Amino acid sequence: MVTGLSSIGVSTRVRLYAAVAVRGFRRYSTYRAATVGGVFTNTVFGVIIAYTFVALWEQRPNLGGYTQQEALTFVWVAQALIMPVGLLGGGILEEFAERVRSGAVATDLHRPTPLLWWRLAEDFGRAAYHFLTRGLAPVLIGALLFDLAWPRSVSTYAWFLIAVALAVGVGFAIRYLMGLLAFWVIDIRGYLALLTITQLFFSGMVLPLVIFPGWLRGLAEVLPFRCLVQVPADVLLHEGTGTEVLPLLALQLLWVAVLLFVGHLLTAAAVRKVVIQGG
Amino acid sequence: MADSIRAFAVIAGAWVRASMTYRASFWSLAVGQALFTLVDFVAITIMFSHIDRLGGFDVAQVALLYGFSGFALGVADLLVGNVELLGRRVRDGSFDAMLVRPVAPLVQVAADQFALRRLGRIVSAVGVLGWALVATNIDWSITKVAVAVATLVSGSVIFCSVFVLGSAFQILAGDASEMMNAFTYGGNTLTQYPLSIYPSEVVKGVTFILPLAFVNWYPALYILGVEDPFDMPVAFHFASPVAATLLAAVAAGCWRAGVRRYRSTGS
Repeated sequence: MVTGLSSIGVSTRVRLYAAVAVRGFRRYSTYRAATVGGVFTNTVFGVIIAYTFVALWEQRPNLGGYTQQEALTFVWVAQALIMPVGLLGGGILEEFAERVRSGAVATDLHRPTPLLWWRLAEDFGRAAYHFLTRGLAPVLIGALLFDLAWPRSVSTYAWFLIAVALAVGVGFAIRYLMGLLAFWVIDIRGYLALLTITQLFFSGMVLPLVIFPGWLRGLAEVLPFRCLVQVPADVLLHEGTGTEVLPLLALQLLWVAVLLFVGHLLTAAAVRKVVIQGG
Repeated sequence: MADSIRAFAVIAGAWVRASMTYRASFWSLAVGQALFTLVDFVAITIMFSHIDRLGGFDVAQVALLYGFSGFALGVADLLVGNVELLGRRVRDGSFDAMLVRPVAPLVQVAADQFALRRLGRIVSAVGVLGWALVATNIDWSITKVAVAVATLVSGSVIFCSVFVLGSAFQILAGDASEMMNAFTYGGNTLTQYPLSIYPSEVVKGVTFILPLAFVNWYPALYILGVEDPFDMPVAFHFASPVAATLLAAVAAGCWRAGVRRYRSTGS
């Protein structure tokens, strides 16, 4: 579509996207009851999964290279990431598909900002809200209930935040691509269900990928989904497990770049293809 | 009662016909539901590739627990799962319209947007249950068969009641469907594993407060001939129908109380 932004200065552009991100944050912070309910639900699931991990690691200490403490930390980090990285779909995805179906996407395409970047900025705002609420709160409760492995050095937390930001980027790019499918397929709900299952399984959410059997782990490693949970968790746990941080972040960066680039190309294709209903 | 069932069938039937308009969508969503249920079981088999027993249960015995729980949740989700949308109806006022129609509001709320695709969940639960029945060495007797059948029915009633309790709560609390998930899907996840892996407080909670342990745990102990690690009364092995009846009565009472107290949003 129109790339009118090229005539605008960089600082204006930064301010624009920051404003979009802030609106994304505020939009989700309106639903306080849903947030409280979500925190409760994430905590309940965290507790259940934590006990299954205790049972597993008690019999097999050091399974997958994790101590029991590290495995339990993994559980709570995974719970914290579900919403920010959009593991269950949701947010932008259904909304985007609905806007394509209803024709409201015409408004989006009229904006002098590319659809991809606008949506990315908005999703970062949403993710920040979900990380601060539905991410942190269950982790704090989990830390009270279980003995977790907290990294000692401050830099690890900084690396972890970068890894989370990149995970949000990968998560967004995957869902954006899926959302673009709505330009070609009327009802994408079936595809969404399949995507959600694949994401949950291959991100490490269901079980850490380090305990997958060989061939399945090999498959998980060539897919982008591990950037969503397993990689950020490994960045946080790296002091204990000896994983190097930089290659992990580079991997995430590579996937963000590739997926966003494909997203950029397909957006152009989708815009050429789109027929606005009722126009 | 007969009127309610007929009304449910009419409303649900309309939604089934509607969903069949997009056949490819229907099938892909049904397969999606089935896979959702199976993913957790795949995780369990991966766990068992590292260990022989979890909480004292082998993989076939866990599959039995898994199948019972998955079936019960699947049936409840199919029949009354949509009551979780009630919070939204309260907010947008569409619940008002249901209250003035000559059909029980609960029937309307449950049947509205009836999703036959949720059969997928039941199909995969039955698959896991079938494998469990073949793979476990159960010494079958007439009583055990009766207990197994009663478990399938009671478990479904228990999860149905949990759904209705949650929606009754939503009449007062507004949109709390997120919190309901902790009890419905969370309850399903909890009971997929032997309760022996949890602390005794959890087991007491799901026995005396919200009787999820009667969905599969107590009857399965009897069917499998496993000793109760928490030394609860043996009578509990056969008490699932009682627990289901009690919880259903409580859920019905709460629903009525909720509807009586309902105050429209007034817009």
